[in-house]
Amino acid sequence: MRLSREEVEHIARLARLDLAEDELTRYQEQLSAILEYAQSLQAVETGKIEPTSSVLPPRSVLRADEPGAVFSAEELFANAPDMQDNQFKVPPVFEGGSDA
Amino acid sequence: MRDLCLLSVGEMLGGMAAGEFTSQDLTQACLARMAALEPQIHAFLFIDADGAVNAARAADARRAAWRMGDDSLPPLLGLPIAVKDVLMVQGMPCTCGSKILEGFIAPYTATPVQRLLDAGVVIVGKTNTDEFAMGSSTENSAYGPTRNPWNTAHVPGGSSGGSAAAVAARMVPAALGTDTGGSVRQPASFCGVSGIKPSYGRVSRYGLVAYGSSLDSVGVLARSAEDAALVFQHMAGQDAMDATSSDLQVPSYTASLPQNLSGLRIGVPKEYFIDGMQPAVEQRVREAIAQMEALGAQVAEISLPYTSYAVPVYYLIAPAEASANLARFDGIRYGPRETGENLLDVYHHTRGGCFGSEVKRRIMLGTYALSAGYYDAYYGQAQKVRTLMKRDYDKAFEIVDVIAAPVAPTTALRFGQHTDDPLAMYLEDVFTLPANLAGVPGLAFPVGFDTAGLPVGMQLMAKPFNEALLFQTARVFQAQTDWHRRMPEQGG
Repeated sequence: MRLSREEVEHIARLARLDLAEDELTRYQEQLSAILEYAQSLQAVETGKIEPTSSVLPPRSVLRADEPGAVFSAEELFANAPDMQDNQFKVPPVFEGGSDA
Repeated sequence: MRDLCLLSVGEMLGGMAAGEFTSQDLTQACLARMAALEPQIHAFLFIDADGAVNAARAADARRAAWRMGDDSLPPLLGLPIAVKDVLMVQGMPCTCGSKILEGFIAPYTATPVQRLLDAGVVIVGKTNTDEFAMGSSTENSAYGPTRNPWNTAHVPGGSSGGSAAAVAARMVPAALGTDTGGSVRQPASFCGVSGIKPSYGRVSRYGLVAYGSSLDSVGVLARSAEDAALVFQHMAGQDAMDATSSDLQVPSYTASLPQNLSGLRIGVPKEYFIDGMQPAVEQRVREAIAQMEALGAQVAEISLPYTSYAVPVYYLIAPAEASANLARFDGIRYGPRETGENLLDVYHHTRGGCFGSEVKRRIMLGTYALSAGYYDAYYGQAQKVRTLMKRDYDKAFEIVDVIAAPVAPTTALRFGQHTDDPLAMYLEDVFTLPANLAGVPGLAFPVGFDTAGLPVGMQLMAKPFNEALLFQTARVFQAQTDWHRRMPEQGG
């Protein structure tokens, strides 16, 4: 199992990670080694085995739909890196100027 | 005056109840010891000296009012503890050992912490951790590693290494930790303290910053199983804010002790004694098992055949869950924000610049394992092998009551031993990962030392929700042994 440079760059884009050249090189090596090791799982016969996503038996957890305590806007914006008029402020989502 | 920091949890609570000393005396003693030892150990990311003293004063006032006939008294009133920095405490920083949460102040308190506050504890600060609890040494903390109080050239283990070191150095009698793949038990083992990793669902995860949501658990580290039980008692139980928290009743974890281990069936899995493990670890663990046999337990070798798959199963499932959980850290609502031309740039620069190398590695690994075309071969297959591993445990617990095993193949590693080889580091986790994958509880405690004087730990595992049997067994063992009373000179 050997990841190509392009695959590593593709994963980084999917994960929204800006990686430096040396990081891409290192992760290409390291992830390839880890995935190679994980190949041992392919030898396990799991034809009729159900996957486990949680060790607890599935159950429905319901409660009355009643409003409870909520955070104030002030509390929630206290950690925001940038805000204006009780809203999170972000750079443009779309390219191409302000007429969008 | 005697050194209050050296007392057990029971002695601290008893001393305050008897009026021998106050919570302020005790809290000041802890803070003084922290101030003296932190330059060498670096167990804490945040120390709330003023807040702790105020909380201790309030605890003392409440006790005084109670003496005048007022109200009932919370069971842990005035007891100083520390909290791992992945659990939120309202008004305190919560960095998770990451630059991406630098400056973040928690807007609410995690349920297990709130329950302990309701039980009367005083929180002295937040302890160091590998970034987002990803690691086994605290070397992945963005704020520098914690050092092992037994020998500062060695790691304390991780990811709850700050909590383990703080307890080992007697800075606090108990500290909260979290365990997703061994992060309570392994540092407990490396630092010579006792640590409980509860069953999945026994303790609410509300207010714990999520790493691997199907594996995460909140536990406690303390100097003995009894001390851990006294604190854990007040953390466990159902919580409306965590749908995976169990509605099973919480039993007493500190019930009166039997004289011996007569009738207890202990299974020793042969897959946990492997080539290449440090001989002193195997020797100490086997000696402890022999001592349990001498105390009346029946010991039998058992087999957990899928143990060797724990590392690949865990290192696909946990990173997959982490890659989804950590998507929320994007520089928009909290944490620092790197600049960018547009929103996508901001995401890329903030995440690329503020996450550390191990966190990025696991996000990459998880993203790959979940990506189109690879999902079935990696994540899907890992989930199926997880089912087989869980069946191993179900079958074993039909014939034994507890499973006894080493916690890690070695004692505490030196700094930098595996920093360039992540796979080698992952392989060190082979004995702790299965309990998380199967959802069973585990209790780690000291059973001796290697030739270099570093602690050796062993773990007991039981059926899901049978923490009571683990506490009881370890307490009987600790009543007959004194490994848990040994303390490092560093903290002496």
